[in-house]
Amino acid sequence: MTDSTQQLLEKAQAAAEAARHLAEQAQHYSDELAHTAAAAAAHGLAGGAIDPFVFRVAIFAMAVFVGYYVVWSVTPALHTPLMSVTNAISSVIIVGALLAAGVEGMSAAEASGSWWANAFGFIAVILASVNIFGGFLVTERMLSMYKKKG
Amino acid sequence: MSANIAALLYLVAGVLFIFALRGLSSPATSRQGNRYGMIGMAIAVATTLLTHFPSFGGLLMIVIGVAIGGGAGAFIAQRVPMTKMPELVAGFHALVGLAAVLVAAGAFFAPRAFGIGDANEIHAGSLVEMSLGAAIGAITFTGSIIAFLKLSERMTGKPILLPERHTINIMLGVALLALTALFVGTQSGVWLFLLIFASFALGVTLIIPIGGADMPVVVSMLNSYSGWAAAGIGFTLGNLALIITGALVGSSGAILSYIMCKGMNRSFISVILGGFGGEVAGPAGGKETRNVKQGSAEDAGYIMQNAGKIIIVPGYGMAVAQAQHALREMADMLKEEGVDIKYAIHPVAGRMPGHMNVLLAEANVPYDEVFELEDINSEFGQADVAFVIGANDVTNPAAKTDKTSAIYGMPILDVEKAKTVLFLKRGMGSGYAGVENELFFRSNTMMLFGDAKKTVESIVKSLAH
Repeated sequence: MTDSTQQLLEKAQAAAEAARHLAEQAQHYSDELAHTAAAAAAHGLAGGAIDPFVFRVAIFAMAVFVGYYVVWSVTPALHTPLMSVTNAISSVIIVGALLAAGVEGMSAAEASGSWWANAFGFIAVILASVNIFGGFLVTERMLSMYKKKG
Repeated sequence: MSANIAALLYLVAGVLFIFALRGLSSPATSRQGNRYGMIGMAIAVATTLLTHFPSFGGLLMIVIGVAIGGGAGAFIAQRVPMTKMPELVAGFHALVGLAAVLVAAGAFFAPRAFGIGDANEIHAGSLVEMSLGAAIGAITFTGSIIAFLKLSERMTGKPILLPERHTINIMLGVALLALTALFVGTQSGVWLFLLIFASFALGVTLIIPIGGADMPVVVSMLNSYSGWAAAGIGFTLGNLALIITGALVGSSGAILSYIMCKGMNRSFISVILGGFGGEVAGPAGGKETRNVKQGSAEDAGYIMQNAGKIIIVPGYGMAVAQAQHALREMADMLKEEGVDIKYAIHPVAGRMPGHMNVLLAEANVPYDEVFELEDINSEFGQADVAFVIGANDVTNPAAKTDKTSAIYGMPILDVEKAKTVLFLKRGMGSGYAGVENELFFRSNTMMLFGDAKKTVESIVKSLAH
């Protein structure tokens, strides 16, 4: 009987020890966390708190909603011009093509990379230009045909 | 130019693009909207050139590229016949898709110019965005090419069913995820190119089983994809104009796909899985032949001259026969005799959203005589004649009554309520859905067989007498 009491006591002591150890660790982590948070806050005051990515996602999400409402208001009679004009404006991807086509290698190591970028960029500029000119002009041509009675 | 001013200018371009779409809410404001779009594009291009002024050689390449592409684009825009608009739009989608792939590859080779890190040390987030843009762009590219081939009838419009196609698609999808992970993990271009090639393959296998008359959904869906691809690249570049445009175009295509699916009462998934309309058996010879009342152009002319109100229902057959000009001529002559003429457009008539409206506009039909299904359907009861030219499934009452029919539940134009129904058709063949139209056999229906344009021209001749 006394033996088992002794054992229980020992076990309880061990458990208490383990708990104290855990508490210490937790304290340590929370200290560290507070430290990082403070650092982040300080960083925030310096002006770099929110990653620009977050702003882009926000703008993207808002634009999806704007697109949703604007497109529902398009009259079904103009759905074909809608497709051709969305085609034209999505070719604003040409801005990426311009960057790639105009890049210059700063070092020998970059030279071969920039050669490839130039080549891809050049083709992309051609493709996007076909779309921009073709898309806007064919939309213009279609829209000029829609006339009212009389 | 500072980065902040550049970002604001891109935002202005994005807002102008929103105005471009807003203008399309009515034909009266639409051309102004299109101009806003052009201005927005000019602002975006000028801003990029001013902030990243290219080397002399680069500038030369850009000018040459714009001259070649712009010249080709302008030429195509002036020359393309309106009946070929679905192919043209599909072809343009392919170009946007391929451009997105090329820009992603360009960004990979020259990361510093794009501000996404140094060679072999590109930020992981940018790698993910780049992979997304490239993969969606590649799917858009090959998918649109297949759509283009089907629409221009260079490839059969019937669904092409590969064995185990769903397994193939799922495997390709899994491969895309794995390759993206490998590319982001290793930064090795090999994985990017394998990712692009796997996406090319997926574009083909996704679109090839989808039949010709489901193309309105496919074209809208690819429109949406080209937008998401642009948005992916926009995130890589951190460019607001691209992000806003991508979101606009992406949601626009998605809404059009939804409208098209609703017009056919089919779920988006069932259209994408494909295979619909594959079992079109043609006019079955073995079946008992039922009598149809066949009429001549003179009969049709006589009926219409004496009608008070006519509703014209155009379909894909009108586009194929290029009958819209003759049709307008006929309508003008009838109007002179005091007949009230209106046009009724089903949402999925033709091969792309709004296809019929453009063709009628081309033939100088005033847009205030052209009505959508829900606005005109109640008027068929008061119409003396429903003049159905090259349409079939969208008038089939089986969609309302026959639960076993493939088109059950599809909204239809109630032409059967008109006193007389005139059908202009090439033959007795069933429509795309492979369903027989029992309207053909009704006593108040008259069939006019032959090429739609020739038939309408002979009606015009008989009216002139």
